Parts: sequence; C-alpha cells; structure tokens
Amino acid sequence: MAEESKVTLYGYSPCPFGKRVEMALKLKGVPYEYVEEDLTNNSQMLLSLNPVHKKVPVLVHNGKPIAQSLVILEYIDETWKNGPQLLPKDPYKRAQVRFWASFVQQQLFESMLKEFKTKGETQEEASKELFEKLKLLEEGLKSFYFDSDRSIDTEHVGLLDLVFVSVFGSYHKVQEEVLSVKTIDPEKSPLIHSWLTALLDLPVVKETLPPVEKMVAHIKFFRQRFYLPQLNDP
Amino acid sequence: MEEGVKVVGFWPSPYSQKVIWALKQKGVAYDYIEEDLSNKSQLLMKSNPVYKKIPVLLHGGKPIAESSVILEYIEETWPQNPLLPKEAYERASARFWIQFGAEKGPTFGSLFTSTAGEEQDKAAKDALEVLKILEEQGLGNNKFFGGDSINLVDLALGWLAHWFQCIEELVEIKLIEPTTLPRLHAWVENFNQVPVIHENLPDKKRLLAHMKSIREMSISAK
Repeated sequence: MAEESKVTLYGYSPCPFGKRVEMALKLKGVPYEYVEEDLTNNSQMLLSLNPVHKKVPVLVHNGKPIAQSLVILEYIDETWKNGPQLLPKDPYKRAQVRFWASFVQQQLFESMLKEFKTKGETQEEASKELFEKLKLLEEGLKSFYFDSDRSIDTEHVGLLDLVFVSVFGSYHKVQEEVLSVKTIDPEKSPLIHSWLTALLDLPVVKETLPPVEKMVAHIKFFRQRFYLPQLNDP
Repeated sequence: MEEGVKVVGFWPSPYSQKVIWALKQKGVAYDYIEEDLSNKSQLLMKSNPVYKKIPVLLHGGKPIAESSVILEYIEETWPQNPLLPKEAYERASARFWIQFGAEKGPTFGSLFTSTAGEEQDKAAKDALEVLKILEEQGLGNNKFFGGDSINLVDLALGWLAHWFQCIEELVEIKLIEPTTLPRLHAWVENFNQVPVIHENLPDKKRLLAHMKSIREMSISAK
C-alpha cells in the first residue's frame, strides 16, 4: 500500500469515540495502523494533527488529518464503499440517524459522564437525567429504527449502531459495578436493551470494545484520582 | 413540484435564520411559522418531542429538528447551488468547523451573560481565542469559509456577522476589529453583503432590544 493512502488512527483505548471509528474501519475492511495516545501526556504528534482540539480520535488518510468522531465516520462512509453503508441513502432517514447519533453522543454520554464525575445528590440528579433521556431514546427508536424486517448483523450495522454501542457497550456494565446503578433495565427500556444485546454479539464489537474489567479499573482510577478530588476543591 | 416545506422558527434566533438562508440560497419555497416560545404550539411539541425547540423543518409533513441536521438535509434534498464541497476530505473539514462552532456556543454564552470584572475579562479572553482559531485555521486566506462563495460553514457561523455585534454592544467590548482580527472582520462585511443574507436578517434595533432583555433576565437569575 502506498504511503499516502496509509490510514492511521490515533486513539485512547478507554475512549468510546475512537472505538466507534475502529469498528467502522474494520467493517469496511480498511487496513489501518492504530496508535495509542496517552491522554495524560499529550504527544507532539497529536498537537500537530489536531491543533484545534488536541483530542483523539484523529484519523490520518493520505497524510491529511480528520478530527471529531462523527465527522470521521461520515468520511469513512463516503470514502470506502466496501462493507455496510453506515448511513442510509434516503435523506430523511439520514437526518434521523444524524439526529439520534448526536442525541446519544451529546445528551446521553454527557449525563453518563456526569454520573461518573459526581457523588451524592448531584449524582442522583445525573442518574435521573440519564433515565429521562433513555426514555426519549426508547420512544424515538420505536418510531423510526425498529421496523419488523430490520436485523442487526454485520452487513447491516450503521453509524447510529456504532455510536450507541461505543457509548453503552462497556459503560453500562461499568456503571453497575462502579456506581451500583442499573442503567439499561430490560423492563424499563426493552428496545434499547435488546438492541444493545444484539450489538454486543457482533464479532466486530466483541473484538474492539475493551473488556469490562479494564473499563471498571479505568473509571475507578479516574474517579479516585481526578473526578472526586475536584469536587472537594473550594 | 416539491411537497410543502414549512419552517417553524423564532425571529431573533440565528438557528432558524440559517435554515432560511439555506432554503433561500437554493431557491426552495417554504411557509414560515413564527413560534411563540413562551407558549409552545402543538405543532412544535409534536414535531420535536425530544427538545421542544426551534427550528424545525417539515417536508411533506415529516419533521426534522436540530439546525445542523436540517442543513445537511436541505443540502442533500436540493442539490442546486451546493453548500458543501464535493470532495470527501473537504466535506469532513467543513463538518469539523460546523461542529466546532456549535461546541463553542457556551463560550460566547458566558460572555453574553457576564458582568464587568474578572468573570467578564476571562469570558472575553476565551471568546477571543475561539475567534482567533476561526480566523487562522478555519478561514485562512479565503474570503468565505466556503472559499469564494458561502457554504454551510458560513451559514453555521453566520451569527457572528450580526448577532455577535449585539453582544459586543451589550457587554461594551469589541472583539472583532480590523486591527485584531482583520480577516474575520472582512468576512463579517463580505458575508453581510451576500444578497440572500442581506435580505434575511432580523432588524438590528429590535434584535438588540430583545437580546438586552434576555441578558438582563439571565443576569438577575444568577
């Protein structure tokens, strides 16, 4: 493969945004090199590739860097035509995918992070928020995502599936272990629960998401070392 | 003949204005419905049950919410006068800047509701940093973010060309000046001269009065 068409992904393994990009590359059969970035010590390479945000993930293709995971996913879909189409062809369906992807990414993920970063009453508020938002997602999915003939398999994985499983795949089990909070209850969120179960069964998801024990250790570390001490600051 | 297009908006909102700009730029006919945000309509609640916010675009009765999602839909549905580059990397670049602009909203929000003192100095400093990034890395040496003509990035950042001046006036700090941000300052002038933009801006006096009362409410609520 020529040097210019080489694909490199800079990521940080506990971060779900890089994971979704990895899954997309694998689904499309794109060979790539993965570079683990230690986010506690920003490398020079990262600063030069993403000077605006100084964040991962960053995809480099043809020597050119692309940042922001949702932007990267759309780029991957437009550039490599093998494998499943990450976005549907119909503009209205595309709009719905983008709407819900942004909802999962911004609304749900933010509430989850808030839960990890706080304790006591603030944490309870965050949990309530998260639960309300999951209700909205459950309703939304009913009307657009789950028609009777939709199957979740390697040929039909899309952008919204990747965004969702990267956020909830490991994290919800981690929440149960670290915070003793059950986020995705099969009785309260049946669609979300069965969707997540089906996604977690896919080979590409199983081999890409970090094991739960690793995520638990990571979150526990971050909570002790960074999040909780910040709460006590005046 | 396209099925009915409706825009549910709010006259002072830059978010509903960008949708109007995109439709006008493409010559798409639409009906505009002004929403009273203090008394939200059934239509709004039904069309955007998740956020209950404007703007909402309805096409043939089907609703789409979130301005960035709406803009991409408009681009894909009416490809005339394209507002996104054809090439994948350039499209990714454009989308990056649209997202960047959206993420930095709170930075400008902090400036808008700040009062004189340390808090405001910091807010002004943060806002200036964002503007510098937009000028140096987003705009570069181009006339518009879209190059020689406007594109979705210009529309997404269009609020800087009209609404931001109201913020500057209310906090009495001028950030976009020809001496400090020459290219961005030029962009503001050029953007405002684009016919579709020029003919579709809320009245400045009315907007200033509206933003002043919002600001006062936010400050007293702190």
